[in-house]
Amino acid sequence: MKAVIFDLNRFAIHEGPGIRVTVFFKGCPLGCWWCHNPESRSQKPQIVMREQKLNGRTFRVQELVGREISANHLMQEILKEKAFMDESGGGVTFSGGEPLLQTEFLIEMMKHCREQGIHTALDTTGYASKDIMRKVMSWPDLFLYDLKHLDDDIHKKYTGVSNKLILDNLKLIHDSGKDVVIRFPVIPGINDDKAHVEALKFFFKKELPQIRRLDLLPYHNIARHKYEAFSIPDKMRSVDEQKKEDLEKLKAAFKEGGLDVSIGG
Amino acid sequence: MNKRIKKLRKQSLDAVTRISAERALLVTEFHKSTETQSASIPVTRALNLEYILRNKHICINEDELIVGERGPAPKATPTYPEINLHSIEDLEILDGRKKVFFKVDEKTRKVYEDMIIPFWKGKTNRDRIMNSVSKSWLDAYQAGLFTEFQEQRAPGHTVLGDKIYKKGMNDLIVEIEQSLRNLDAGSPALAPPGRGMKMGTGWNEKKEELEAMKIAARALILYAGRHADKLEDLAQKENEPVRKKEMETMAGICRRVPANAPLTFHEALQYYWFVHLGVITELNPWDSFNPGRLDQHLYPYYRKEIDEGSLTKEKATELLQSFWIKFNNHPAPPKIGVTALESNTYTDFSLINVGGVNTDGSDASNELSYLILDVIEEMRILQPSSMLQLSKQNPDELIHRALKIIKTGFGQPSIFNTEAIVEELVRQGKSLEDARNGGASGCVESGAFGTEAYFLTGYFNLTKVLEITLNNGRDPLTGKEIGIKSGDPNVFKSFEDVIEAFRKQLGHFLEIKMEGNSIIEEIWAKNLPAPFLSLLIDDCIQEGVDYNAGGARYNTSYIQGVGLGSITDSLSALKYHVFDEKNYSMQQVLNAVHADFVGYEEMQHKLVYQTPRYGNDEDYADAQAVTVFEMFFDLVDGNPTPRGGTFRINMLPTTSHIYFGSKIGAMPDGRKAFQALSEGISPVQGSDKKGPTSVLKSAAKIDHLKTGGTLLNQKFTPSFFRDEKSILRVGDLVRTYFKMMGHHIQFNVVGVETLRDAQKYPEKYRDLIVRVAGYSDYFNDLGEDLQNEIIRRTEHEAS
Repeated sequence: MKAVIFDLNRFAIHEGPGIRVTVFFKGCPLGCWWCHNPESRSQKPQIVMREQKLNGRTFRVQELVGREISANHLMQEILKEKAFMDESGGGVTFSGGEPLLQTEFLIEMMKHCREQGIHTALDTTGYASKDIMRKVMSWPDLFLYDLKHLDDDIHKKYTGVSNKLILDNLKLIHDSGKDVVIRFPVIPGINDDKAHVEALKFFFKKELPQIRRLDLLPYHNIARHKYEAFSIPDKMRSVDEQKKEDLEKLKAAFKEGGLDVSIGG
Repeated sequence: MNKRIKKLRKQSLDAVTRISAERALLVTEFHKSTETQSASIPVTRALNLEYILRNKHICINEDELIVGERGPAPKATPTYPEINLHSIEDLEILDGRKKVFFKVDEKTRKVYEDMIIPFWKGKTNRDRIMNSVSKSWLDAYQAGLFTEFQEQRAPGHTVLGDKIYKKGMNDLIVEIEQSLRNLDAGSPALAPPGRGMKMGTGWNEKKEELEAMKIAARALILYAGRHADKLEDLAQKENEPVRKKEMETMAGICRRVPANAPLTFHEALQYYWFVHLGVITELNPWDSFNPGRLDQHLYPYYRKEIDEGSLTKEKATELLQSFWIKFNNHPAPPKIGVTALESNTYTDFSLINVGGVNTDGSDASNELSYLILDVIEEMRILQPSSMLQLSKQNPDELIHRALKIIKTGFGQPSIFNTEAIVEELVRQGKSLEDARNGGASGCVESGAFGTEAYFLTGYFNLTKVLEITLNNGRDPLTGKEIGIKSGDPNVFKSFEDVIEAFRKQLGHFLEIKMEGNSIIEEIWAKNLPAPFLSLLIDDCIQEGVDYNAGGARYNTSYIQGVGLGSITDSLSALKYHVFDEKNYSMQQVLNAVHADFVGYEEMQHKLVYQTPRYGNDEDYADAQAVTVFEMFFDLVDGNPTPRGGTFRINMLPTTSHIYFGSKIGAMPDGRKAFQALSEGISPVQGSDKKGPTSVLKSAAKIDHLKTGGTLLNQKFTPSFFRDEKSILRVGDLVRTYFKMMGHHIQFNVVGVETLRDAQKYPEKYRDLIVRVAGYSDYFNDLGEDLQNEIIRRTEHEAS
């Protein structure tokens, strides 16, 4: 069995507990304006040109973004990091892109990890059919669940899809007692207004009483050069990064609601 | 930091480093006097020390609590003309250097011209050495195959155990007398050469050595007494009552120690400091001297006095800080000749150990360990260096505290693996107890503190050996045939042929190195024994044999391998491109290398970017590192030295990877001629593409326990230590490396200047990883905007 991934990040320390390997799956059903990983959108491997410098000369080389990898091979790469996971209480985080797009492979990997005693986290947009979610949900030890906006119209505008499935699936895994951390990308002027923050607090209290943790993921304009490389229009040109104090205010607001909040995961 | 310490710290930082002719003059005067001519060499050396300590200027700095300067004032640095003689040109170079200068005033220059140079010219120990080594040694030395540590500085490389806290110099004199009574007059008066009997073990030789030790012990008491006299004198003249009282107390301390074992925290520190001065005045030993496990040795005094109420935490801190300043007042003595030209360092490598285990293997960290870490953080001075000995027995709190200091980016403390150190020492034949009382000194060298003489003999250029192999014994830089005929590389059929030829050349050059070491070791033992240092290291007194002649319980001579990453990548490039993938023929690669890749840029690009490289946790390349390492180990480890010791290996470069690189042309890994080699066991700059965990995995594939130390350097920006969570994870990273029996790791936290420089000269910083936002990336790979953003952020974090 094979999947397309575009990166393996070792010594990942902000995507779940301990020292982790983050596996980035290629392919995503969403098209968020603020996406940090535009190379993850298409599921196909893509060729980009890259500059390599050597002694003042520039060499332009083709680089393949995304590669097919077998479950066995990926597992070998993960196991190389086992000593660090064991020491730190870490594990593997499946991220993307959207890992749920490559469901069978994802389940296969989580099975292997469970056999090896490796903790797994699934970093997901939650955008998948209920059937897929039901099939997958018993496997990961932890969900890192993205929540972008509660208003469906706004959600559609900025991500390209409705939030209905996302909210339903969230409720589903929450009610089944799974360990879930909500990840809220804080996008200035889009979802950080007072009304939306209050709505979220209310939503958590009413619909997700078991949720304990919220990660605020501040918007960064770090991915601009990637948009150019992949010839994807960057719609966020005019948006600036948050001020630290605004983030702290937001953190305090959510904390009032009884949540354990951290900035940056 | 209180007012006093601020003042002393400023005084130390502001003091101008200069050459003092005081010691050179005293030594010359002494050697001109007739009374020395009938005495044996060890006795002469002891009398030489006594003459210096009796006649040198006693310096007591305003407001200080620990007294004693090697020269007449802070940073006034003595010379050792009996070991190496500075010419007028050397003095001018030292005076004129932009960095790491030693100012030379007109008077000093004149004294050198009129007295020092005429007396010592042609009679130094360096002259003896250069006249004794073979032509093949000189050829290899000049070609940059190896360096020689003992050519300009005395062996030493040792660390004090707990002896001085139990015994005063008077107690040692009693032991010496006992040893004298035990001498067997029936044994030969002199150890016959070449008969398997250790140097210096004839009864007359022992007798002379023991007499010399006695003179040296008394000399230190006398020296402390001169400080007491001066303090009493100053106290009498002092009007300010608090300082007056302080100086009276200090005078009392100098009367008690080093004559007697110390009773208080203050006495213990002052005693050590006198001993330190004795060692670095007698000779100019490598790594100066070192109190080693300071938190262990001082803790009993600390506990007792705190409990009794005669000491407060603040007072203990102040005393430790005063002690720290003493080290900083003592730059490493400068060398002569070409090496005086190189930008050197003032650091004299005294490395304070914190943490580790007790003799019974239990957690040795205590309240004082944390206090010392506080002192390190607050003082932020070049000397002494400091390290954390991290055992699995130590609480996590200890490493987290240390990481918070490392985060501030001043390079200290480095972190060592206690379990690895203990196993390394036990493998070499030390008792478990002696091993547990050990630690690391200098850069990264394992040693049994108080019982071992471990000499570093020189860096060894592994990559240069490969270059000579690829030229069938010829040094392509000079055209000289300095190696053996190991075969024309163009007819090699397989990669194994390359390895086999390399093995032959390596054996050839290591033999030259070890033969040279043996000659040099004997020269030191015979001509410049160290009776004072011998008082301090067991079992020199019991054996009646000098430290330099093998009197210590354990005797080791290290050869330090350099350029592991560079040679690995070159071998991997040959295996991959020539033998496995057949992209190029050997001839094509060698042509490109000989042309320094001019006209072969495409090939160079391929060699750099498309070769499996060390540092990525991939066996293809890492296996070459293991092969080279094992070969080096097999050829060195276990060979005997003349003082009854054993040759062993280390893997550390200090700064020699730059010098060694300047002696090598282009190499198959794509490195241009004369560029620096990889450092320690770190990958070639920029070769590691998978982050720190992969680097640690690759580095752990060589068997660290077969060495006496390895050095791994990791470059991080401050954001890697951003918050509590990051500190915990970096702690886990270190713990995991240590579980894999890595010996040492240090974090080089880079600041804004480095990032700016990296923007200008990307090729120098190919390995620089920065934390971007929840992920890390190579700095060079980031767009300029983002680089600027990272620079701004780093600036912000630092403020």
